Amino acid sequence: MGELRAYAALLGGQVRSVASYRASFVIELFSNIGATALDVVTVFVLFRVVTDLGGFKLPEGVLMTAISAGGFVLADFAVGNVDRLKTYVRTGTLDAVLVRPLGVLPQLLLLDLPVRKALRLVVGVATIGIAIGLNDIDWTPGRVLLVVVAPVAAAVFFGAIFVISASLAFWWVDSGELGSAFTYGGRDFTAYPITVFDGWFRTIFAYALGFGFVAYQPALALLGRTDPLGLPAWAGYSSPLVALLAAVLAALVWRTGVRHYRSTGS
Amino acid sequence: MARIDASVLTISPGRPLRGSVTTFGALVWSGFRRYATYRQATLAGSFTNIVFGFLRCYVLLAVAAGTSGLAGGYRPEQLATFVWVGQGILSVVGIWGWTELSDRIRSGDIAADLLRPVPPVTAYLAADLGRALHGMLTRFIGPVAVGVFFFTLATPVRLQTIPLFLLSVVLAVIGSFGCRFLVNATAYWLHDARGPLILWTLGVGVLAGLYFPLRLLPDGLTAALWVLTPFPGLLQTPLDVVVERDSPPVQAGLVALQAVWACVLLLLARHVQRRAERKLVVQGG
Repeated sequence: MGELRAYAALLGGQVRSVASYRASFVIELFSNIGATALDVVTVFVLFRVVTDLGGFKLPEGVLMTAISAGGFVLADFAVGNVDRLKTYVRTGTLDAVLVRPLGVLPQLLLLDLPVRKALRLVVGVATIGIAIGLNDIDWTPGRVLLVVVAPVAAAVFFGAIFVISASLAFWWVDSGELGSAFTYGGRDFTAYPITVFDGWFRTIFAYALGFGFVAYQPALALLGRTDPLGLPAWAGYSSPLVALLAAVLAALVWRTGVRHYRSTGS
Repeated sequence: MARIDASVLTISPGRPLRGSVTTFGALVWSGFRRYATYRQATLAGSFTNIVFGFLRCYVLLAVAAGTSGLAGGYRPEQLATFVWVGQGILSVVGIWGWTELSDRIRSGDIAADLLRPVPPVTAYLAADLGRALHGMLTRFIGPVAVGVFFFTLATPVRLQTIPLFLLSVVLAVIGSFGCRFLVNATAYWLHDARGPLILWTLGVGVLAGLYFPLRLLPDGLTAALWVLTPFPGLLQTPLDVVVERDSPPVQAGLVALQAVWACVLLLLARHVQRRAERKLVVQGG
């Protein structure tokens, strides 16, 4: 109970600090809506030129983009700021976090909770709503459940990727932009039908890293389409399992990383 | 007996140009050396550029496969070149992540810059050109080599294409610097340039042609963007030049337009800097 109070105090401090620079905060709030909207606009521009992208029509493509974008904004809001870890490791700020009797990861997340990204969630949910409206989905109880679970599973998956990418800083402080290849890169990968990609690149991203199960397979299951790449229909319903697996892996990597951490000592 | 002379020593007083060229060159070199120290970050950045190269290249090739004619007027191998050379020059042009000026304005360190005998716009431009030179020598080759290895890229056939491309990249760096300087300079009035910086980061990726070639937009909109905004000059122009998207006169014309924008931005930056100096109240202690 005392722990919860401490976390609440961290969150309260964050909200108060944001509220003290109101004009700057409002600009950031609305710019962040624009960021999410632009990701979706890119898909529309590409479909303006073609009617068929990787064997899928615009509404179907938008459904995949929507699940991916919805999951990503939720993950980015909740744990996206963990990518500042490399600054904390470099400057030694992490020491202050480690000596407190609270969890390391929750502290880091609450220290920097990006309140300015809150409105992105609205855009994410709205996009999913629009995508569902565009498609003629044959609703079954399983699909109703899936349409709610898939974006949440996507968020858990992206969250795991954020944590794993950030953990890299425990071993390699100068990893710079490397993590973006998998966080933002993963978002870009999942925003399109994976039939667009090819060869070993698709195999690695879709199956080895699991990005194929974030939006593509659930979208196929919702639409009732068979996978041109040959996975069975139940693959779409496996997205929570894949997300859980990723989360367990992320937790392991994080724990190992925190134990591995040696302060810069300065 | 030696005469007492109180004037400041000048490098070759008979040839005033030599002094400024030497100073500018030294500043460029210092910018180069500064970035040369981040070797591991350079490697990590190249990896990320390469991953995004694969992502964008496959998507645009799928767009090309889905159209009966040419997608935005590009052949598939031109689109592949557009993506890979684009990833190569992305960090050279450096459209993101420069907050040095606004940070110095906020902290008050800008006062030290104003004491120097070189105008801030000139000094920061020189350092930025050094950064770009380092980027060209280290970050350009990786993505382009990977692109050549895994995809069919279009090879330039015109003699003037490569020199024109290099000129266009230099102009893109200057244009990008001008924009970033102006965005950062809003901190002179706002104290915190975070809002404008976010708007800039947001807009530039789309409007410069990074997310998709601007030619995929309706023709009128593309033309308006090109003439009325500096953004296409930051990436789209050098890339259209290197893939030989247009006829030779248009190819050269795009670079000329880019040069006009680069000059306008530098003049604007100098003007804004002068206005700011007149009202500046240095923060910090």
